Amino acid sequence: MIWLTWRQFRIQAVVVSAILAAFGVLLLVTGPHLVTLFRDSTFAGCHSNCATDAGNFLSSPLIGKTYHLVYILGAALIIVLPGVIGLFWGAPLVARELESGSFRLAWNQSVTRERWLAVKLGVLGLASMAAAGLLSLILGWWASPIDDAAGVGASGGFENRFFPALFGARGIVPIGYAAFAFALGVLIGLMVRRTVPAMAITLAVFAALQIAMPVGIRPHLITPVRDTTTLTASAIQGLGMNKDGQIATVFAPASSLPGAWIYSNQVTTAAGSATLGAPPQACQSQQSFQSCATALAQKNLKQVVIYQPADRYWSFQWLETGIYLTVAILLAWGCFWWVRRRLT
Amino acid sequence: MIEFHLDSRSGVAPYMQLIHQVRHALRLGLLCLGDQLPTVKDVSAGLAINPNTVLKAYRELEYQGLVGARPGVGTFVTGTLSGTSLAVHEPLRRELRRWLGKARRAGMDEESIEALFLSTFRSATEEEIA
Amino acid sequence: MTALHASGLGKRYRQRWALSDCTLQIPEGRVAGLVGPNGAGKTTLLHLAVGLLAPSAGTITVLGGEPASGPAQLAKVGFVAQDTPVYAGLSVADHLRLGAHLNPGWDDGYAQHRVDRIGLDPAQRAGKLSGGQRAQLALTLAIAKRPRLLLLDEPVASLDPLARREFLQDLMEAVADQGLSVILSSHLVADLERVCDYVIVLAASRVQIADDVDGLLASHHRLIGARRDPASMPGDQEVIQASHTDRQSTMVVYSRQPVLDPAWTVEQLSLEDLVLAYMSQAANGSRGARPALEVQR
Repeated sequence: MIWLTWRQFRIQAVVVSAILAAFGVLLLVTGPHLVTLFRDSTFAGCHSNCATDAGNFLSSPLIGKTYHLVYILGAALIIVLPGVIGLFWGAPLVARELESGSFRLAWNQSVTRERWLAVKLGVLGLASMAAAGLLSLILGWWASPIDDAAGVGASGGFENRFFPALFGARGIVPIGYAAFAFALGVLIGLMVRRTVPAMAITLAVFAALQIAMPVGIRPHLITPVRDTTTLTASAIQGLGMNKDGQIATVFAPASSLPGAWIYSNQVTTAAGSATLGAPPQACQSQQSFQSCATALAQKNLKQVVIYQPADRYWSFQWLETGIYLTVAILLAWGCFWWVRRRLT
Repeated sequence: MIEFHLDSRSGVAPYMQLIHQVRHALRLGLLCLGDQLPTVKDVSAGLAINPNTVLKAYRELEYQGLVGARPGVGTFVTGTLSGTSLAVHEPLRRELRRWLGKARRAGMDEESIEALFLSTFRSATEEEIA
Repeated sequence: MTALHASGLGKRYRQRWALSDCTLQIPEGRVAGLVGPNGAGKTTLLHLAVGLLAPSAGTITVLGGEPASGPAQLAKVGFVAQDTPVYAGLSVADHLRLGAHLNPGWDDGYAQHRVDRIGLDPAQRAGKLSGGQRAQLALTLAIAKRPRLLLLDEPVASLDPLARREFLQDLMEAVADQGLSVILSSHLVADLERVCDYVIVLAASRVQIADDVDGLLASHHRLIGARRDPASMPGDQEVIQASHTDRQSTMVVYSRQPVLDPAWTVEQLSLEDLVLAYMSQAANGSRGARPALEVQR
């Protein structure tokens, strides 16, 4: 049964392996150079207040341009990989057999259809998880200098790893995504019985969930920290007005929270209202920004930051992986139920 | 070794056709005492017929005393037909000519005589076997 | 031992019963032909027997076991589905390896020998084989696992005459060699006459008749005589089919006793005529509510 699983899976495995291998070679070749650049930078030797050094490192010519491309490519690849697995490994697994009628050959050998499904799900499921895990490992190794820097002072198109768009590209969650996408594909293939529609539906459902997770689910997994501090002049970096001449926004990035996942960063009045009223005199005339900032600080404004601290990163990784793996197991159980109950 | 053939349109049951072909071969001397008949497997594979049909024919030939089965080896000719034929033929031939004359004088044409002969022959043969 | 035992078996798809009230007891050691028009339920019955379908009503046991109930049961029953599915991307040799890996009872020597004899190229992909070659490959896979019962769904329907003959020859050889029991479905009766010694007529989703061919041919007769109303026939002669001109009636009757009435010319039926008589009776719906005729021994 394992021989048959491998024999039918050969091409898909080779294609994905080739892509991963090619990208892996790129990473292996450029990785040591990146490490060298890191060691030579001021950021490497920095002990405190490293945000500017980090920013300089990230915007240096080689990293800011060439390696940025590899960085983006790696993130895209690992974000897309689970979807590809669901689409090309999962959806056709049973759907193609049902569509072509070859299940009438397979299910009359001396193996029950449960065993047939179990071996296929097991072997390919493990392969999916291994592929995602391996890519995450090697990408994480390659990007560690960049991730370290971005964790201190994200800039120049590099984000800290807690950032929603990048969270799924590092750590162990890709393993959960891959297992889920694969199990989802197999179940949809079982239910739909036609390969191409199954692939389309799998893609739609998977994409929807991958968007819903960072937007609607992940933020609620652990209650975020809500920090209210008095806004100091040094924190203010900009001011925006609306058309009525009132203050629209006060730009005060939360630089004391490196590596954190910031939900929102708002400047409110002492009472908590978001309407900040008219700008002080010092800001309306053409005086220096410094006096404007000081004048604003005297309005006793509050800075309210809702965020997840950086040290919660791994809790989120484990939680989310756990959720996806649990759903994957439920989907796999659903596959067994469907194959026995509904296909007769 | 003889080779069998089947005429699927003759209206004669396949097993009977096999019996006839063995008896015919015996009469013509194509099969002699001790010769082996084709195996059930070869006949059924060659003609694409049910092995039970072949078995039935061989069993009937065995009952008629013409062949004998040796388990594990095959079926072999144990009796002959040619001995009886010559001596018995002449009186029977004369009787048949007399009967044919009677049928013609009764007004039957060739087709009716043939039909009468064949249907009587067939039903009599079946009664014998049943 | 019974090869197939069905009791009140039925299968429903949405509103329509593809098979209903099917009761059969096919003995082992037979080559049984399952005949009937398209859509009569032959494929449904075979799929129920191999466990690809579950019954909506009634029960079915095959060689004493529930279909597809475990590896042992699956090993006992070989099946070739309609259109002889194979894996188009796998080579002939790969298919044999598939059989070897998935069947403990696999006879590799037999399989290789057969592939040689059929003249298949082991390296050729199954998708490139002709219809006849595919059917032979599928038959090889089904027989090489050494089952006790072989089920074939219209195996020769799409084959040319030569391929058809070769397929049946190989099948008969395997039956003679291994004592295999076979149930094969077909809507071509002529092929079955040489090969089957048991016949089941399935029409209008019901079993019309099921018995040994010898018994059927001995108990059914064609009667030709003066015009007569079928309802006026004696009670022990059941009229299956009747056709009339203004002077003459031709009837196909079932009668355990020989018909001795001199008013009739009694003729033997061919298996094909017999089957057709039952199929047209079912098509005319003249059975009504009477239960299907199954000759008991």
